[in-house]
Amino acid sequence: MVAKKGNQYDPVKALQLIESQFDMVQILNEEGKIVDKDLDPKLPDEELVELMTRMVYTRILDQRSISLNRQGRLGFYAPTAGQEASQLASQYVLEKEDFILPGYRDVPQLLFHGWPLDMAFLWSRGHYEGSVIPDGLNIFPPQIIIGAQYIQAAGVGLGYKKKGKKAVVITYTGDGGTSQGDFYEGLNFAGAYKVPAIFIIQNNQYAISTHRDVQTAAKTLAQKGVAAGVPSVLVDGMDPLAVYVATRDARERAINGDGPTLIETMCYRYGPHTMAGDDPTRYRTSDIDSEWEKRDPIVRFRTYLEGKGIWSKEQEEKVIERAKEEIKEAIKKADAAPKQKASDFMKIMYKGDLPFNLQEQLDVYVGKESN
Amino acid sequence: MAQLTMIQAITEALRTELKADENVLLFGEDVGANGGVFRATEGLHKEFGEERVFDTPLAESGIGGLAIGLALTGFRPIMEIQFFGFLFEVMDSVSGQLARMSFRTGGHFNAPVTIRAPFGGGVATPEMHADSLEGLVAAQPGLTVVIPSTPYDAKGLLISAIRDDNPVIFLEHMKLYRSFRQEVPEEEYTIPLGKADVKREGTDLTIIAYGAMVQESLKAAEALEKEEYSVEVIDLRTIQPLDIETIINSVEKTNRVIVVQEAQRQAGIAANVVAEITERAILSLEAPVLRVTAPDTVYPFAAGENTWLPNAKDIAAKAKEVLTF
Repeated sequence: MVAKKGNQYDPVKALQLIESQFDMVQILNEEGKIVDKDLDPKLPDEELVELMTRMVYTRILDQRSISLNRQGRLGFYAPTAGQEASQLASQYVLEKEDFILPGYRDVPQLLFHGWPLDMAFLWSRGHYEGSVIPDGLNIFPPQIIIGAQYIQAAGVGLGYKKKGKKAVVITYTGDGGTSQGDFYEGLNFAGAYKVPAIFIIQNNQYAISTHRDVQTAAKTLAQKGVAAGVPSVLVDGMDPLAVYVATRDARERAINGDGPTLIETMCYRYGPHTMAGDDPTRYRTSDIDSEWEKRDPIVRFRTYLEGKGIWSKEQEEKVIERAKEEIKEAIKKADAAPKQKASDFMKIMYKGDLPFNLQEQLDVYVGKESN
Repeated sequence: MAQLTMIQAITEALRTELKADENVLLFGEDVGANGGVFRATEGLHKEFGEERVFDTPLAESGIGGLAIGLALTGFRPIMEIQFFGFLFEVMDSVSGQLARMSFRTGGHFNAPVTIRAPFGGGVATPEMHADSLEGLVAAQPGLTVVIPSTPYDAKGLLISAIRDDNPVIFLEHMKLYRSFRQEVPEEEYTIPLGKADVKREGTDLTIIAYGAMVQESLKAAEALEKEEYSVEVIDLRTIQPLDIETIINSVEKTNRVIVVQEAQRQAGIAANVVAEITERAILSLEAPVLRVTAPDTVYPFAAGENTWLPNAKDIAAKAKEVLTF
C-alpha cells in the first residue's frame, strides 16, 4: 500500500471528526415539547402512561428506600432519583427473554423485569434469599465490581447467539465504569463476536465524587464504542423518549444479527452515591443540582403527558399510593424471612455432594444450629 | 491402549467431552486453528468447528467474562488461560465472580466452567509464565483446584472437571507435558475430583506432593530405597479440597511425613496439609512434619530456575531429617 500524505495524515482532525459525530440526541426537551418529530417513537397513549407510571413509582420507591435506610430497615442502597428515564425507558424496550446484567444502582430495571420487591429488599439487607433468582427470570443480581457485568454481557450475548435465541442482553455501568479495563474488553468481545448486546453507560456525572471530566480526555463516553467497532450513540438520559428510541433501535439491530450497540445516557443522580455515608455537598454545589433538576425526566414527561390530556394529578396520586402500599407489603414480607444459617451458606455454595472436609464443616454448623 | 504424553491425554479428554456434550465449548487465545501454544487443542477446531472451538481476543479478563456469560446461558465452557501467570488479569472473573456465582444467586445459577492453564517451572519460559499461583485460587471458596502429575490421571481428571457443575481450575505443569508417556485408555474414564492417589506404597515415611514434584518425590523415594527406607508417595491430584482421608491413613501407617510443593514456602498448599495432619493425627507422629518448598521469592528468571526449584535431592535430604529424627 502506498502511504498517503496531507489530509490523510492528521490525527487531530481525525479525532475531531469522530467526536463531532456524538451530539446528544433529544426528542422531548426540558419543557416537555417534542423537538425531534422524526425520531418521536409515537408510542400509544397507554404505553406513555405506563412508562410515566413506572417512573413515578420508582421515584417514590427511591424516597421510601432512603428513609427506610435511615431507619435501619434497609441495608445497601444506591439512590436512583434523576436516572428514571435512563433506567426505565431502556428496560421498557425489553422482552421477558432478554437478559439484564445490572450494576448496583440498577434495581428498578430488575423490578420491572420481574424481580419481586421483597427480594430486592432482602438483597439490600444482605439476605441471600433476595438473590435466589426465580426460575425463568433472566437477570443477574446487581454487580458490585465496576465493569465485570460488561465482559459477562459479551458472554451472555454469545450464548444467546449460539443458541439462536431471538433475545438480547442489556448491561449498565456508569461514567466511572468506562475507565475500567473490563468496559473495553466487554465491548471489544461483543463487537468481535457480533453478539446481540446493548451496553448502556448511565453518565450521571460523578463516580462517587470524581467528576466525569477527570475520568477521560474523551469528549463523550459514547465515542468509546468507535474503537471497538461498535455503533454508539449519546442521548439525553433524562429524556425518556430518546432513551427509549436508542434502546429500541439497538435491540432491533441486535435481534437482526447486526451486533451490539453502546448508548451513553446523559443524566444526573440527585442523591448521594450510596446511603453509606456519601455527602455530595463535598464535591458539587446546589447550583449544579438545581441546573440538573430543571431537566428532570418526570417533570418533563408529566408536562408532555398532561399536554396530551392523558395524565392527571389524580392519576399520579394513585400511583404514589399504590407504590407506598406495595413497599409496605414488601417490607413486611422481607421482615418475615428466616434468619440466615451458616449451613445455608455452605449448601448454596456448591452443586452436588460436598467433599469430605466441607461435609464435616457443614455437620458442625448443623449441629450448632440444632442446639 | 496407546502410549500418550500428558498433553496428548489432555487433548483426548477435551475431544471426549466435546463429543459427549454439545454444550461444551472450548475457547481461549490461539486455541482454534493453531491448536494452542502447546498444541493441547490440536485438531479440535477442525473436528468440531468454529461454533464449538474458537479463538478469543487477547484479553484474559474478557475470556473469564465470556465463560461466565456462556455458563449463564446454559453452556459448559472450557476456557484456557494461555499461561497461569496471566491469572492476575482475570482474577476478578475467577475468584470474584465464577467462584461466587452459585452463592450469590442462592444456588439458582451455577458455573460449570473448567479453566485450563499451563504453569510450572523448568522449561525456561519468560517471566510470569512459570509461577505456581495455585495457592491463590485454592484460597478462594467455591473453586476446585486440580493438578495432575501423569498422562493417565490428566485424562480422567479433566473429564471429571468438565462434567463437574462447580468451577474447576485444571492446572497443567508444563514440564510434564511431554516428559514421559504412559498407557492411556482410548475409551472415556473418570477419576474423581478430591481424591489423592498413592503413587508408591511404603511404611517408613510419607511424601505428600502434587504436580511435577510427584515425579521428583518418586525419584527421591527410589534413592531412599537404596538406603533401605520404605517410602510412600501420595499425589494429591486435587489440592482444593484436600483428600484428608488418604493423607491421614498414610500418616497413621508411616508416622513420618514431609510435604513437597514447587511453590514458594509462604501461605502454601503444603502448610494446609501440615495443618490438617497436626489437627487430626498429631499423636501418630514420630517426628515434626517438614516441608520442601522453593524459597520465598518471586519465580526467578529462566537461567536461575533450577537453583530455585526443589528437586529429588532436596526431597531425599529432608526425608532423611525426618526419618532420623
